[in-house]
Amino acid sequence: MNRALLIWRKSLNVVMLTLTGVAALSVVSVLFLILGYLIWHGGASLSWSFFTQLPKPVGETGGGMANAIVGSLKLLSLAALIGLPIGLMAGVYLAEFGGQTFSFVIRYTTDLLNGVPSIVIGIFAYSIVVLPVKHFSTLAGGFALGMMVIPITVRSTEEFLRAIPGTLREGAMALGASKWKTIATVVLPAASGGILTGMLLALARVAGETAPLLFTAFSNRYWSPGWAQPIASLPVMIYTYAIAPYDDWHRQAWAAGLVLLALVLLANLGCRLALNRGGNVRSV
Amino acid sequence: MTSTATTIPHAAPPYSGPRAFVQRLRHGDEIAHLITLTFAAGILLITSLLVWELWRTSYLSRTKFGWHFFWTQTWDPIFDNFGALPFIYGTLVTSVVALIIAVPLGLASAIFLSELAPRKISDAVSFLIDLLAAVPSVIYGLLGIFVVVPLMRSWLGPLLINTLGKLPGIGKLFAGPNYGVGFFTAGIVLAIMVVPFIISVSREVLLTVPREQREAALALGATRWESTWKVVVPWARTGIMGSIFLALARALGETMAVTMVIGNDPKISASLLRPGYTIAAVIANEFTEATGDLYLSALIELGLVLFLMTFILNGLARILIVATERGGGRPA
Repeated sequence: MNRALLIWRKSLNVVMLTLTGVAALSVVSVLFLILGYLIWHGGASLSWSFFTQLPKPVGETGGGMANAIVGSLKLLSLAALIGLPIGLMAGVYLAEFGGQTFSFVIRYTTDLLNGVPSIVIGIFAYSIVVLPVKHFSTLAGGFALGMMVIPITVRSTEEFLRAIPGTLREGAMALGASKWKTIATVVLPAASGGILTGMLLALARVAGETAPLLFTAFSNRYWSPGWAQPIASLPVMIYTYAIAPYDDWHRQAWAAGLVLLALVLLANLGCRLALNRGGNVRSV
Repeated sequence: MTSTATTIPHAAPPYSGPRAFVQRLRHGDEIAHLITLTFAAGILLITSLLVWELWRTSYLSRTKFGWHFFWTQTWDPIFDNFGALPFIYGTLVTSVVALIIAVPLGLASAIFLSELAPRKISDAVSFLIDLLAAVPSVIYGLLGIFVVVPLMRSWLGPLLINTLGKLPGIGKLFAGPNYGVGFFTAGIVLAIMVVPFIISVSREVLLTVPREQREAALALGATRWESTWKVVVPWARTGIMGSIFLALARALGETMAVTMVIGNDPKISASLLRPGYTIAAVIANEFTEATGDLYLSALIELGLVLFLMTFILNGLARILIVATERGGGRPA
């Protein structure tokens, strides 16, 4: 009886532990499955013209997504322009100046903003940028993405600033530097590597966002003439091409997917490797 | 927790009162403080503006439909009659299906990573899982349309109908016909998307469980699995709940991947294999086509509902995770 129980417990142990290993293995294999599938399908459809040509009219095969690639870059630079300064400054405030209550409120709000579904951010950008001027624009898209950059940047900046040892600050102050001089010339440079990587990760995250662009930047089958006009972007193109009924568009969607995934994963890979090497900082 | 910086005594001001302020102003400290404070307050302002805008622009719909909005099923843009029930239903059902698949998978993987795997392998696998979390949702949607939907249509769907569909009770959930797109397909794609979040948060929470807990269990003769399942996991359960809430909040708000595989049909059906619709998907699909003010307002009210759902879940998740990482133990 007792022996049977022991065998049962031991075999349960082995079975369950094996299952946990299988679970971990299968989750990781999904990553390689996604990668492999995209390289297989996207690689076959990828060509030089994909990067240099405009989309062809419906029915004609070929063409590329040059406008969407440039569009994504324009949207990202706007997002960086709006989101990074606010995120950086607020991060500095939280790590270096913040008191108790107000810091808690800011931190909580930042988390709240981070958790807002991206489609809701899109509605917000629509109602305050698109509605007043009555047309979709690059600015609105950049604004929406910028909103999403802020919370990620705040959190990473604060964490990297906190990782700087207090002795560094004390040293600077002992030499007579004022607090802001200490921050600007000692603390920020020391944390700059981490902060910059955090910013790049934030941009990599919003680079793949589609939902907030659907009704802010909208899309465009041609070059976008200015900042106040609708603009194409890679994620939105992937979406429209994937749900369209044309085979050639599907092929292009795969190619665009591969390009987008490669950009996002390479940025992530580089950043995370740099962070891991630079010290044991929690990943963002 | 106060920062290291705030514990350092400020360079003692030689004067007090206004002159001291001027003195510090000259040093630039107060200015720097004020500037960074302004930006921090800017975040508060933007977030409040977001909530206010959602509230303001959904005014038409809120006043016209009141609470009926939440339990009527019609969605009729032509006669300006809008009810949110099918979308709320679809959002909840897809998220629950996603969690039913993702929680066992994620928790098991987290256990493997924190309890069994050597540190190096655990770190390497966590690294890959972080990469998985970085894959854009539209890519999941792409794979959903071209891989999961055909798989569902030709293999998994019929399999479910012929096995689970035959059972009394839950058989209703897997009744045919099988379209390929639908609640279950969306649930699968969502599960793949939220698993990385469950794993990375749960793993971190499990790693905070004190060694002594495991050692004590093992010393009493427990097997490795028993010590994990009966001691370590219960110790970390609040944090694990937190990770699940976090995943749920993400699943509720996920737009692109779901829009591409759910079938976009505002109906409530018992069968998970039927097409449905979610809040985020209907906003994504119909926002640019919304012609009337009331139509737009109804869509924005849906956005407000989605915002509130995720807001509450995120708040709960945060409290649970912080509670576990701080104290651990067995909270009531």
